Amino acid sequence: MTAYVIRRVLTGILILVLLSMLTFILFNALPADPAALTCGKSCNPQTIEANRERLGLDMPLYMQYIEFVKGIFFGRTYGSGSATFECSAPCLGYSFRRGEEVTPLILGVLPVTIYLAVGAFILWIVTGVLLGIYAALRRGRWQERATMGAALVGYSFPSFFIGLLLLFFIVIKWQLLPYPSYVPPQTDPLQFFQTMILPWITLALVFAAFYIRLTRNQMLETLGEDYIRTARAKGLPERTVIRKHALRAGLTPIVTAAGLDLAGLLGGAIIVESVFTLPGLGRLAINSVLDADLPVITATVLVAGFFIVVANIIVDLLYAVIDPRVRLS
Amino acid sequence: MTDAFVRVDDLRVSFPTEDGIVRAVDGVTFSVERGKTLAIVGESGSGKSVTSQALMGLVNRRTATIEGRAWVGDNELIAASDDELRKLRGSVVSMIFQDPFASLHPFYRIGNQLVEAVLVHQDVSKSEARAQALDMLQRVGIPNAERRIDDYPHQLSGGMRQRVMIAMALINGPALLIADEPTTALDVTVQAQIMELLAELQVQYNTAIILITHDLGVVADVADEVAVMYAGRLVERGTLEDIFYDPQMPYTVGLLSSVPRLDDVSARLTPIGGQPPSLINLPSGCVFEPRCGARSWLGDDRCSTVRPELLDISSTHSVRCHLSDADRKRFAAESLAAVSGKKDGSS
Repeated sequence: MTAYVIRRVLTGILILVLLSMLTFILFNALPADPAALTCGKSCNPQTIEANRERLGLDMPLYMQYIEFVKGIFFGRTYGSGSATFECSAPCLGYSFRRGEEVTPLILGVLPVTIYLAVGAFILWIVTGVLLGIYAALRRGRWQERATMGAALVGYSFPSFFIGLLLLFFIVIKWQLLPYPSYVPPQTDPLQFFQTMILPWITLALVFAAFYIRLTRNQMLETLGEDYIRTARAKGLPERTVIRKHALRAGLTPIVTAAGLDLAGLLGGAIIVESVFTLPGLGRLAINSVLDADLPVITATVLVAGFFIVVANIIVDLLYAVIDPRVRLS
Repeated sequence: MTDAFVRVDDLRVSFPTEDGIVRAVDGVTFSVERGKTLAIVGESGSGKSVTSQALMGLVNRRTATIEGRAWVGDNELIAASDDELRKLRGSVVSMIFQDPFASLHPFYRIGNQLVEAVLVHQDVSKSEARAQALDMLQRVGIPNAERRIDDYPHQLSGGMRQRVMIAMALINGPALLIADEPTTALDVTVQAQIMELLAELQVQYNTAIILITHDLGVVADVADEVAVMYAGRLVERGTLEDIFYDPQMPYTVGLLSSVPRLDDVSARLTPIGGQPPSLINLPSGCVFEPRCGARSWLGDDRCSTVRPELLDISSTHSVRCHLSDADRKRFAAESLAAVSGKKDGSS
């Protein structure tokens, strides 16, 4: 088991290293000259060259990468002489577009994305899994068909459509909620909640629809297993058969899907954040792409990748806890 | 016969489907005494497994119609409520299944699965239940049972898992054990051990066993009585001797002629031609008529138009066939002679 954990963590680190190299290479393969992007219209050859040197862009690529990695762990100093400035660890780079360090920028928007992802996650897991179990237990009856029909509808609509629909009816037409405007929960809990509820519902609807189908299929497959028949043959009450024998095995694959989906959202829900103008990681990423703000793009990709890799490890470890066959092999 | 411990009377199970009603079991009647073994023999789809699952109350009553009567001791199984049936399952009637690899829950230790079976039917403490589980594992011949009790199923071999299944089935001392092809998924050497174990435990617990199988070799070893099923019906029923030495129904004769014989290596096997009929669209006469070698022997069309009844031809032996006594005997004699007759022709 310990060896398994160590192996998983090491692979995770390796993946992150490869991911950072890849984004770094892509970053430099772009036709845009990063130094030329630092000064915009006021550029002249001297300022470009000065900025190139200041940001370390004149170094060979592998040196830049090493500086970048060193910056993450130990911080780094840009420039020399009187024009130096410190970027303390973990330094993810410096956005010449915004004239800011990337790390505080990301830390500033990350809470919004975390609130969005976690809130939606709770909503969709609860509704998706419960309705999926319900549909499986009502197999072949109208309750199953109604649930699965509703799930199909939810599954068919793209999130921006659901989001705009909710905005239009609930905020604009019926005016049940004020127009979303993000504030941190500690500033104004009510406004925070009023702003977040529609994005939560939008994301949850899309994912819940998928989880209803997933859960139902897993449950039906499990209920057809021989060991469920054995549990019934023992004389266990149907309640115990479902709760203890079917759910444990049927919900295991859902852990995987849920972990990865949550991690994916933590990397930024670009569409929903844009529809509801939430200042999260997704919006930061898309704005940086539009601005060609390369250090920020690199950092957001890395942060998103970090969540996915960590979630993968956690999911694998959870799996080993749940399924003894994984644990020992 | 009607006083027997296990009695099944005119059991019918049918499943309505989009294509029509599937009559999986159609009028099955038999009985088993305590301590005795009834083998139900038939090919896939003959209704033998559905019969056993109906007795266990494992056929979903929402999707199937179950009619008839079945008693185990004083308990009537068919009219019983779901909850009554549940209480009988595992305590009065138990079952072991074909595939021991899939029949144990992969996530729970075998000891806990046994303890669960004890606790659902007996009002004992957890430690007492565990003591019973350990005792039962030792009885079914699990070596190092004290350590093995905390193993997960995947740590055991197929034979060991089937032993665990047997332990779980017998732990509450049921009066009837239904064994649905208990050795089919196992190695040949392990098969014999498992059958031997079942026979030993049957004596210890005085259990009635219904053995569902298509393996006539196993039947010859352990059965006291044999019921032959075809297309959801009992076509012949009798003692082991009746069926093996005096088969009457052409289908039984066909089954016996398709068994390899070790004492006569040159004998050829004679397969029964054709396929079993669809259970939705059964032949209107004898269900075996389309494949029967004696279908034209009667001289009229009764075989293809009239369903034969199950007739007693002795106090132990019943058969479902229109042929006369003499014709049935002649058909059996000719068919079985043909099997060994090929030997003369080929050597």
